[in-house]
Amino acid sequence: MDLSFGPEYEGFRTEVRQFIAEHGDQSPYARAGNTGAIEWQKLLIEHGFTARTIPKKYGGYGAEPDIIKSRIIAEEFSKNQINTGLGGQGISMLVPVLLEMGTEEQKQTFVKPTIHGEMIWCQGYSEPGAGSDLASLSTRAELDGDEWVVNGQKIWTSTAHLADWIFCLVRTEPEAPKHQGISFLLFRMDTPGIEVRPLVDMTGDANFNEVFFTDVRVPKHQIVGQRGQGWQVANAILGYERGSLAPPDAAQTRLNGVARLMSEETPGGEKVIDNPVFRDRLMKLQGRVLAMKCNDMRLLSARIHKNQDAKLAGMIVKLLGTELRHELEALAIDVMGEVGLAFGDNPYLRGNGSWQYQYMYYLGLIIGGGTSQIQKNIISERGLGMPREPRVEKAG
Amino acid sequence: MEFGLSSEQSLLQDSVTRYLSEQWPLDEIRKVASGEVSDACVWQGLTDLGIPGLLISQANGGLGLGNLDAAVVAEALGYHVTPSPFISSAVIAPVALQAAGQCEDLLGTVATGATRIGVALAEGIAARVDAGLTADGLALNGKSLFVLDSEADHYLVATSDHKLFLVSADATGLSRSPLTTIEKTRSTCELTYSNVTAQLVSEDASVFNAAWNAGLVALAADTLGAAQSALDQAVAYAMQREQFNRVIASFQAVKHMCAEMTASLEPCRAMVWYAAHALDEMTEEAGMMASHTKAHLSETGQAVTRTATEVHGGMGFTDLVGLHYWFKRVGFNRQILGSPELLRQRAFQLQDFSVSQGSSE
Repeated sequence: MDLSFGPEYEGFRTEVRQFIAEHGDQSPYARAGNTGAIEWQKLLIEHGFTARTIPKKYGGYGAEPDIIKSRIIAEEFSKNQINTGLGGQGISMLVPVLLEMGTEEQKQTFVKPTIHGEMIWCQGYSEPGAGSDLASLSTRAELDGDEWVVNGQKIWTSTAHLADWIFCLVRTEPEAPKHQGISFLLFRMDTPGIEVRPLVDMTGDANFNEVFFTDVRVPKHQIVGQRGQGWQVANAILGYERGSLAPPDAAQTRLNGVARLMSEETPGGEKVIDNPVFRDRLMKLQGRVLAMKCNDMRLLSARIHKNQDAKLAGMIVKLLGTELRHELEALAIDVMGEVGLAFGDNPYLRGNGSWQYQYMYYLGLIIGGGTSQIQKNIISERGLGMPREPRVEKAG
Repeated sequence: MEFGLSSEQSLLQDSVTRYLSEQWPLDEIRKVASGEVSDACVWQGLTDLGIPGLLISQANGGLGLGNLDAAVVAEALGYHVTPSPFISSAVIAPVALQAAGQCEDLLGTVATGATRIGVALAEGIAARVDAGLTADGLALNGKSLFVLDSEADHYLVATSDHKLFLVSADATGLSRSPLTTIEKTRSTCELTYSNVTAQLVSEDASVFNAAWNAGLVALAADTLGAAQSALDQAVAYAMQREQFNRVIASFQAVKHMCAEMTASLEPCRAMVWYAAHALDEMTEEAGMMASHTKAHLSETGQAVTRTATEVHGGMGFTDLVGLHYWFKRVGFNRQILGSPELLRQRAFQLQDFSVSQGSSE
């Protein structure tokens, strides 16, 4: 057991701190209404604090992968509440896959503008009839000369209304078994035949959209991997998504926020934090946050030391992390009593309404990215070796 | 950075596990539980592996290992529901005597397993009016309840003001009566003192706290092992039990119970390692982590052993299958040395929530 990163890494930590001291006030979080996100991103890439291991020729910083350095960057930025750079599905999901499976031309064309925030992507996976059973998707693409002709519908497409491009799963081999008939296409969102309709959710915002395709024509070469390989490509990306939905450090920050809220709220003249019932609820959640933080250290260690087995420890993060966040937000709502109902322009709103918003948003995340029930299937089948549910043949 | 067990720690756990699985399967444990065989037989076998002297310094005749080593042993003992005075004689008592620098001459025979020290910390954790333990100088009067180990040669006794004393089991004025509990793999007793002359070990609350913290982490590790065993048994049972012409492990309702047990227990492993490491290396957070870890493991262990019983269906409820040994082991660990509510209250008090802990935005 050795929790230190060693002296050579402490030098790196000092570099990160110096950058934050020098440039932290330019972080888009630090100034309300800041429009400097793209300049900030450029600055971060220049210093190697984001897009760190993406080769220079594709617009990245070009460093060797170093798990500990990435961790130190994340720790220092989080501690100082500094913006860690642009996110989104193009950067976090598509770029890693293009680097692994894309053609040289695709890498040249797409990676640099994507990581610099000049090309925004959306993800076309889920469909009304293909949610947890994603591989049954039915949006189809047929080859007509040098073009794919796409017809069908996608749903849960976040940022579709802002996106320049979409990476999209389509069925190209209708006769093949369902996992082998899917292809992975890239196309512009201003192509004729695409309609985006916002999908308002329980938070009152349209975090997602529905996207309709009618005879959308896509150049034949805009495919990642071979025809029929789209499922493997998509699974490579899903691996990047799951663990990142509920990081323990964010839960820790939120827990500290609830504790502070409990010191500030004084219904009946008593601070909520002095109420033993609320105090016990806070401490119960703190115990769970600490367990997840320790689990996270174990996962970090297992990425450095390949002989350490942490397979199960990784599989459970999405399930536990999203449930934990939802309960943390729920505690804050209860701490506020009636004020917990406040929303929108209500003058009694605390924390800019973030507790109410996150309370609902994390219910969405319990469902999205593979529902809690799908996570339990994965844990029991791939983690514990329990058999799959027998398949039921379609009636008729 | 390396978060995990060293190869020596894995070897230590493997050797204890091999001994226990070969020599002390459930049928042998039942004999100890019924009183037919003494737990001294188990302790003798563990002595051959050096376990009683794990935390005793080499100068005092032990192995001089740390609390993470003790945790991996405690996990193995919990996994096999092993009857032994490990928590009291090998963890709490050596930590207290060595922290105080008192009565260390006794530790040589503790390390050889020849001497057992029981512990009576309950009054220091939550004093009971029906105990009424007082120390007038070195004279003890009153009672200690739920004392760990009814077969010990000496007892480490805490008063409500966190003083620690050592008394001999055959001291004049001391009477000892076993207390029956649901847990048959560890013995508890009541000590009644009538002007018993004791040796002072410490008047320093930090010594009491160090001993308490070490006991909490060892109990949490014991629960980790016991709950892991219950989970493993549930999965194995579900894989062979057939209903409706298929193994019940293929039903989502059963699979999801097993997944929930796994998901809640897996982070507990890292938490126990961290808390044990903190006892030796990060003492400023040791008390907070020990309290949280024992409380969290108690909650998780309770849910896991209950769910594992349900996965077994009616057989889980029977003595024949014997899953109740693990259920009760975890139940004992939950109540002893501080309930989850008490420990969470302690964890709260050990942190400073009056200062700003960052933005509530």
